[in-house]
Amino acid sequence: MSPGLISVAYVAASILFILSLGGLSHQESARRGNWYGVAGIVIAIGATIAGFGLGDLTAVIVAMVLGIAIGLPMANKVEMTQMPQLVALLHSFVGLAAVLVGFSSFIEPLVIKVGAEHTIKLVEVYLGIFIGAVTFTGSLVACGKLDGRIDSKALTLPGRHWMNLAAVVVAIILGGWFLGTDSMALGIVLLVVMALIAAALGVHLIMAIGGADMPVVVSMLNSYSGWAAAAIGFMLGNDLLIVTGALVGSSGAILSYIMCKAMNRSFISVILGGFGQTSSSSAVGDSDQTVHETSVEELAEELRNADSVIIVPGYGMAVAQAQNGVSEITKTLRDRGVNVRFGIHPVAGRLPGHMNVLLAEAHVPYDIVLEMDEINDDFPKTDVVLVIGANDTVNPAAAEDPASPIAGMPVLEVWKARQVVILKRGMATGYSGVENPLFFKDNSLMLFGDAKESVDKLMGALRG
Amino acid sequence: MNIGIPKEIFQDERRVAATPASVQKLVKLGYDVVVETGAGEFANYPDEAYKEAGAAIAVDTVSLWGEADIILKVRAPMEHPGTGRHELDMMKEGAFLAGYIWPAQNPELLEKLAKRKITAFAIDALPRISRAQKMDALSAMANIAGYRAVIEAANQFGRFFTGQVTAAGKVPPAKVLVIGAGVAGLAAIGTANSMGAVVRAFDTRLEVKEQVSSMGAEFLELDFGDEEGSGGGGYAKQMSDEFIKAEMALFAEQAKEVDIIITTALIPGKPAPKLITADMVKSMKPGSVIVDLASERGGNCELTEPGKVAEHHGVKLIGYTDLPSRMAKVASDLYATNLVHLMTELTPEKDGQPSVNMDDAVIRGLTVSHQENVTWPPPKPEEPAIKTPAPGTEEPSKAKAKPEPSPRRKLAGKLALLAVTVLALYGVGAYAPESFLSHFTVFVLACFIGWQVIWNVTASLHTPLMSVTNAISGIIVIGALLHLAQAENAAVGVLSFIAVLIAMINVSGGFRVTHRMLKMFHR
Repeated sequence: MSPGLISVAYVAASILFILSLGGLSHQESARRGNWYGVAGIVIAIGATIAGFGLGDLTAVIVAMVLGIAIGLPMANKVEMTQMPQLVALLHSFVGLAAVLVGFSSFIEPLVIKVGAEHTIKLVEVYLGIFIGAVTFTGSLVACGKLDGRIDSKALTLPGRHWMNLAAVVVAIILGGWFLGTDSMALGIVLLVVMALIAAALGVHLIMAIGGADMPVVVSMLNSYSGWAAAAIGFMLGNDLLIVTGALVGSSGAILSYIMCKAMNRSFISVILGGFGQTSSSSAVGDSDQTVHETSVEELAEELRNADSVIIVPGYGMAVAQAQNGVSEITKTLRDRGVNVRFGIHPVAGRLPGHMNVLLAEAHVPYDIVLEMDEINDDFPKTDVVLVIGANDTVNPAAAEDPASPIAGMPVLEVWKARQVVILKRGMATGYSGVENPLFFKDNSLMLFGDAKESVDKLMGALRG
Repeated sequence: MNIGIPKEIFQDERRVAATPASVQKLVKLGYDVVVETGAGEFANYPDEAYKEAGAAIAVDTVSLWGEADIILKVRAPMEHPGTGRHELDMMKEGAFLAGYIWPAQNPELLEKLAKRKITAFAIDALPRISRAQKMDALSAMANIAGYRAVIEAANQFGRFFTGQVTAAGKVPPAKVLVIGAGVAGLAAIGTANSMGAVVRAFDTRLEVKEQVSSMGAEFLELDFGDEEGSGGGGYAKQMSDEFIKAEMALFAEQAKEVDIIITTALIPGKPAPKLITADMVKSMKPGSVIVDLASERGGNCELTEPGKVAEHHGVKLIGYTDLPSRMAKVASDLYATNLVHLMTELTPEKDGQPSVNMDDAVIRGLTVSHQENVTWPPPKPEEPAIKTPAPGTEEPSKAKAKPEPSPRRKLAGKLALLAVTVLALYGVGAYAPESFLSHFTVFVLACFIGWQVIWNVTASLHTPLMSVTNAISGIIVIGALLHLAQAENAAVGVLSFIAVLIAMINVSGGFRVTHRMLKMFHR
């Protein structure tokens, strides 16, 4: 295949990738978008292989078949609640691939370059490996934290910012040495040392970030994996890799930005880690604060008589595996003519949009699942709000108490509804460790107990 | 201890202080409950229902009163016509009593309670604070009265409430004026509005304007300076003479227009203000209806006859004083629940032993006689209602001490960023070779395309977005493929073999899981 044809194939693949992402703007076009993406990658790989001519393709085919044989069953098996882990794991693969391709490209360049071009190429190799290594280990740690294999609490070593800074400075110094040397052996040693430093940096960066900030971290690593691919693209002079890397990189950056906005945190402060340590003990000792309890039967009666109901799920619902029961309740109420909708906070799940996927899996129609901005104005007109396993995302202190640690964070204004019922295990605080005045409001009722049990009982009461 | 529920003996009183549902809750608190036979008859609760709920039935009035440690009641104790004795005289010394007492109007009753060493909780003397709302029987009953007032009016009114266009001609909607937008007034507004009437409302307290409009009524305002009628605890206070004059002019004008007037104006501790004069009644259209919810306290209308429906100048004046009792079932349900909440407060240990904690503001306010003493009125609470900030929030927390950057500093930051960008671009343009620049152009443009495209992605598909970007970032496989196919060095071969393998995991797994997710989304 001629280089011209390959270039054209790559342009086609780039366009298909852009269409693939564009397709995600609507549920209707999203599935077609996914197929565009598949088509793009098939064309790109096909053109690349065709470009080799008649070489020995055994190794290539074996590697590809093995990869697919691992990837497809993994994707078929994964639970939707485990999506964050899977996404993080896939990020780490991109990072590792970038490191490996970077080394290959240094040891055996595909195109020999001289002068300034050679220097730039070396910088690209160095940068690609650095980003790749940070992404690789960082994503692995994020995956472990999400999976519960690593304690999700933020690890705060003394002087950790200085340690990170030192790692970056040493990497830059080694980089200068790397550019100066002509020896292949020394170059490889320097690259390996730098990769190890970057790997340690990745581990340490993510270890220092608490569980509540995981949606930001995963989005951020998504972005890194894109930049790693783009760096490899520069290194190989391959525009398709550059375009794809830039698309993925900006996607992750936007998602991180949205998540930070939703938590009212600056990106820098998330990266530097340590959320929830600001000891906020707005004592509960206020004598005028009592919670009102309700029962499953009363709640069922309340729901039956309501015209409009909004369900606000949090990650607690997914932890308790209550989403199928919630979906059934939704269906029953809708069949009775009750207007049931869902209000989703951007950080409701462990991943941007995670809650939407969990609800979709439980067969909740997507057109009644609304974002915070779409539904916030409707709360005053709502009869009953069911808060299931959510806490910080419905905390009125964020809107009303400027001294609160979460002040200014956009929240679902559930307390404006006529009646709020909170399904909760106990009176514990949420991720942020902030007391929630919602529970003490006059129009709030608490239904204590395991979310799944309560939801199942509620379903029984609604049927009966 | 045991709780006695006597049958009410006040004329036309159909309510009862406990229902089968509330009996169950009282039993859970550790009490034995005894109900006088027929106590719930008018509220549609037969003796059997109480028995099923776990109560014993007392046939004899005297024994019920004599054996109960705690009596839950609706109306204040009075002379019992059946036994010829005062209800209090039948009670055990040192027992407890909860119900309506009206301590301000009944000083002799308080004396009598103290003499009998009875601890009495006057549910009508409840302090108006949010924690006590669940025991607020006055509001619960006012709500019922407001609803019933509209129903009684509709019953006496000869037209539809809602406007209709029928084949036989057009019917205009009824116009309803509600004076006083307290709990009863708001309930009346809501009921009349839901029946389709055009509702107007007046209140001296401007703060209720929003509630009135949210219930669907037009709020009538006097063009009158800034005099405002809020007294303490959410009640109205007496207004100046000039204000009253302007107010009366408004009512006179409205009387000619509206079909139904519902008055609910009360000032605590004073007779009800006379707001509707005989002349106004005369000026109303024949067939109009006035419901006077203040009739028990003298009435808001000059012509009201308490307890009756009177007719003057072709206008029907409803002066019933027993509106909640006319809906005995729901009134009993709510009242009984109020009392259960009271008993829950009194029995924190759930052991059937009430403890009177006189340091608790709510309990202190309710308790009008304790042991041998009259304990009414309660001492003024220090600064009620206004919520004091919780301790600990006084000191500014760390989060608060994060000042917003000044606009000037923000501008400086932006300028610095711009300068750095320009310098970087200059550096790239001046020193980078041609081949790099063309890739650089592609990179920058792709970033912008990504920026545009990603913002259009709906938030509900952010997770599929992440997995599909996972898949397409597997495009790095191309780099690995090129190395693998041309590898001469064994190390490179191994490295790139692994790279191809894991990149393909990304590609296949990413697309596959995205597909799985997208398939779940359906309408």
